[in-house]
Amino acid sequence: MSEIVLHSPLEAAHLALGARLIPFGGWAMPVQYSSILTEHAAVRETAGVFDISHMGQVFVTGADHIAWLDTVLTNNLSKLAPGQGQYTIMLNESGGVIDDLIAYRLSENETLLIVNASMIAEDVSWMEKHLPPGITIRNESVAWAGLAIQGPDSAAIFAKVFPSESLPPRNGIAKLADGSIACRTGYTGEDGYEFFCPADLGIAFFEKFIAAGATPCGLGARDTLRLEMCFPLNGNDLSPARSPIEAGLGFFCDLEKPHFIGRETLLSQKSNGPALKLTAIELTEKGPPPRPHYPVLSADGETLGELSSGVLSPTLGIGIAMAYLPAAFSKPGTALLIDVRGRRFQAVTVKKPFLKKPK
Amino acid sequence: MSASEIPADLLFQSSHEWARIDGETATVGISDHAQSELTDVVYVELPQLGKTVDAGDPTAVVESVKAASDIYAPVSGEVIEVNPAVEADPSLVNTDPYGAGWIFKLKVTKPDQLPTLLTPQAYGELIG
Repeated sequence: MSEIVLHSPLEAAHLALGARLIPFGGWAMPVQYSSILTEHAAVRETAGVFDISHMGQVFVTGADHIAWLDTVLTNNLSKLAPGQGQYTIMLNESGGVIDDLIAYRLSENETLLIVNASMIAEDVSWMEKHLPPGITIRNESVAWAGLAIQGPDSAAIFAKVFPSESLPPRNGIAKLADGSIACRTGYTGEDGYEFFCPADLGIAFFEKFIAAGATPCGLGARDTLRLEMCFPLNGNDLSPARSPIEAGLGFFCDLEKPHFIGRETLLSQKSNGPALKLTAIELTEKGPPPRPHYPVLSADGETLGELSSGVLSPTLGIGIAMAYLPAAFSKPGTALLIDVRGRRFQAVTVKKPFLKKPK
Repeated sequence: MSASEIPADLLFQSSHEWARIDGETATVGISDHAQSELTDVVYVELPQLGKTVDAGDPTAVVESVKAASDIYAPVSGEVIEVNPAVEADPSLVNTDPYGAGWIFKLKVTKPDQLPTLLTPQAYGELIG
């Protein structure tokens, strides 16, 4: 695991709640408070609150900043109005993923990027390397505390904490009267929002959301929730050696744009079909929880790759995982084997996501 | 967090397994402290019946949502019984670690190893 260098502004509150802290992306963050299974169920059935203070807030400003960001990010920011956001990806020259992030247009002159904790420095230095005059980048990651409130009750909880404010629509961003920020996104597949406030107010808001009915949830539940939805985790499912086309994220890459870094690789992979595809895999027999790096084999016993993510799905009660597999083995319904400590368990590829929620 | 339960009639090892000695048989499980540290146990991999193990050999695996943990044989012996109940309902390891959550039984082949295990007092000091 990575070395711990940073502490969340909410750490004292986590410890008071009996949380276990683990290193994640260079931060000490709660992995769970009481039980991953209980926290997972809270998000699916009521609402949970996660500390996401480790995530990065990077502000990009300048008259022409949108046109420039559209050359370093895959999605198309020019299609958004102020107040709207989109999931997007930063690529290296060969089309590999540096980071996946959400970009929100705050105004004509300013965009906020919410980036992964472990990649803040790398994202900023990559952008600075390509930065034209007239555009500025401000990394305010340390100044902000972040909370993700997720689950069917999350909107009702917002109304209790902020009786005179309203939530933005899906993928939208709203600045609240007190200067905090609410973004209608998440990483769980449930309705919810990510809330950012000055670091020294983090504990007070954390406690307000809990008092309004949200269950404190850690990174353990965050991982099981996101994997049920097949949301990729950078460092596990995304890497500088894999493109968003291989990761199944082509929807978030606007190849109609005349230029962005990594575009040529994506164009060629899209027209030829990617050799590897990030594939959803379910265990079809009772077995141990699948975990990252377990070997994946064809039904004939040929080694095809290894799991990039894997958990026992608390909602479905079966092992679920993802792996980059040769395209021929990625079609839903393909029988596979997962090797767990030398024992092989039956599995099958399925259509993403694992959890099919009624609309 | 509440203090862990440590029954007075058991022996322990520092890797948090307990052994209940009854004649030539050692029943093995994990301590209340261990289950509380692991949290939600979701899978138990039982050893093969008839397998012979040396003291300290990884003999079973207990998995929580986040991690897989080896369970080491406290003494040398032959696996003479496994607990199918924890295979069917792994949460028994959490809810009744010293009772219904036992994992396997060994026929002890080297009884002279027993004095090397920790007394309940010594184990209590270790985790205290």
